[in-house]
Amino acid sequence: MRIFFGFLSGLVFGIGLIVSGMANPAKVLNFLDIFGAWDPSLAFVMGGASVTALVGYRLAWKQSAPLLLPSFDIPTASDIDGKLLTGAAVFGIGWGIGGFCPGPAWTALTIAAPGTLIFVPMMLIGILLGRYLKFNTFAKRSA
Amino acid sequence: MLPITPTDFTPWASLGGGILIGVSTVMVMALFGRLTGIIGITAGAALWEDRGWRIAFIIGLIAAPLLWLLANGAMPQQTVSDNLPGMAIAGLLVGAGTALGSGCTSGHGVCGLARLSGRSLVAVNTFMVFAVATVFILRHVIGGAF
Repeated sequence: MRIFFGFLSGLVFGIGLIVSGMANPAKVLNFLDIFGAWDPSLAFVMGGASVTALVGYRLAWKQSAPLLLPSFDIPTASDIDGKLLTGAAVFGIGWGIGGFCPGPAWTALTIAAPGTLIFVPMMLIGILLGRYLKFNTFAKRSA
Repeated sequence: MLPITPTDFTPWASLGGGILIGVSTVMVMALFGRLTGIIGITAGAALWEDRGWRIAFIIGLIAAPLLWLLANGAMPQQTVSDNLPGMAIAGLLVGAGTALGSGCTSGHGVCGLARLSGRSLVAVNTFMVFAVATVFILRHVIGGAF
């Protein structure tokens, strides 16, 4: 059941990325190009997704527990620190260069453009690097 | 090097796709009680306990274009830069930045905004400003690189 519904959720998410245009880096880069070939479409993606989730989350939280796991597990961190700001800035630069954020990069893998086939493995290496920085360098500095 | 590829303004398709992303996000919360941050799911699929549904979610993401192909008879339209060193650097920065900052467009964007998290709002504003500035520099200062 968990495997089936995990797959189904990912499939719906991926179809959403394709229909919305997020899986096309040209569209993402034009969205970010406010002072040039601006295409504001992706503001509608973020709007549609967050408002749906805003309402749906409140309905989901009326249950005492999720349907397929024993309890809710939602991050409680509220601190705005160097890790958050540095990470977001580094991500923003990478997003602006390639036009891919993590979800669309996974979904675009099957379309197999050469740029995607190099992006995804480098992203996975980046995750390991980012986690190392998060739990070592930054943790020591603030300790 | 790619020229700037013009794209059409598609408010309805983008809104509809956004709602599907929102539906998936709510499914994951109702079924698994977890956020739908793609970077968190990716790291969790590789590293944490209860990996099964996370691996299945990633496979679902990867399978989506095949369902699109069955329904439409063609793969989704996209234009990806063929500057491979550039895409390698972009991938490294996206992976490292989202892992360090604990979230991406979905985790801080969709889920964080839906939870009304101040921390996520700061993250979203930060990555938007840096992404817009990066595109501005690459397209209008250096010129035409991506």
